[in-house]
Amino acid sequence: MSLRTPLGRVRGLGSAKDGVAHWWAQRITAVALIPLLLWLVASLVASAGMDHAAVKAWLSSPVSATLMILLIAAGFHHAQLGLQVVIEDYVHTEWLKIASITAVKLAAVALAVSGVFSILKIAFGG
Amino acid sequence: MAEFTLPANSKVRKGKTHAAATGGKNIRKFHVYRWDQDSGENPRTDTYEVDLDDCGPMVLDALIKIKDEVDATLTFRRSCREGVCGSCAMNIDGTNSLACTSFIDEVKGDVKINPLPHMPVIKDLVPDLTNAYAQYTSSQPWLKSESAPPPDKERLQSPEERAKLDGLWECVLCFCCSTSCPSYWWNGDRYLGPATLLQSYRWLADSRDEHTGERLDALEDPFRLYRCHTIMNCTNTCPKHLNPGKAIGEIKKMMVERR
Repeated sequence: MSLRTPLGRVRGLGSAKDGVAHWWAQRITAVALIPLLLWLVASLVASAGMDHAAVKAWLSSPVSATLMILLIAAGFHHAQLGLQVVIEDYVHTEWLKIASITAVKLAAVALAVSGVFSILKIAFGG
Repeated sequence: MAEFTLPANSKVRKGKTHAAATGGKNIRKFHVYRWDQDSGENPRTDTYEVDLDDCGPMVLDALIKIKDEVDATLTFRRSCREGVCGSCAMNIDGTNSLACTSFIDEVKGDVKINPLPHMPVIKDLVPDLTNAYAQYTSSQPWLKSESAPPPDKERLQSPEERAKLDGLWECVLCFCCSTSCPSYWWNGDRYLGPATLLQSYRWLADSRDEHTGERLDALEDPFRLYRCHTIMNCTNTCPKHLNPGKAIGEIKKMMVERR
């Protein structure tokens, strides 16, 4: 039981004075993902029937490799921002919320780095 | 976790059926949520038959008729009966609205009436809005200005500046919008909700107010403001046909503008 006043509870720890950067980054990455995903779909359609060497050659080109790295960076950044919001919405057990958000963020970085590394390996290593 | 089912002692059971006091031909059934803490029983849905030939056109008319003629224990808030006090906000046929401005005719079939969703219930159709009122208070809904007011007249505003308050000042604080918002259901302890945010924007948009920056500081928070995910239930449900969703969008724009 708490005898704290309703206003005291509502004011709580005060404003985090944070959130606009998160919100804005989610919008910016969303806008970036529109052309990047259109390009990806068009490229995948165009690569139908190509053999392994041809796809490797396509992904090794500077334009394809650059766009693919941008797609991975924007995609994983957008995904972890969005998942963070979903977890904050629905998970109300404090330790579980912090653990889930941390896991999502670390997984996003690990997956993005491995994706970028794979592209660089194909582009430079052959 | 967010709770998606009602706890066992909140499950709504079927209640009693009351025939219309005077009989009549044009009978309509009203299914009304009933709960009385003192009884120790689960909530129930009572059915009241109302003769519409002997009843006013609004849902509130029917509720008052039921209370006067059939069941004096039915409890609900009401005052102005013309949509300016915001007291009789309740969930009518699945949508939050004011009982006094909702026509019975506009509901197809039986009329289902429940308290505003996801708020603690005090009795029957009376929700506990303590938290929502405290959130409104926390937004400091009054003019804050360092400049002294002119000694001989009111603070001036151009017609264009005054026009920016249209669609905001009309809010009667019935909290139909906040209690229709899933984000407010799951995080109402920290998310301010559409009603308080529309009222916050009413002061952010006021050309006479000099505390815009401090007001934005207080709102910039992942929960207080940014729990709004533009679900837009607020705008759909508003009985005054206002647009809290747009007001929240304007606040988010101001946040980006001042970066």
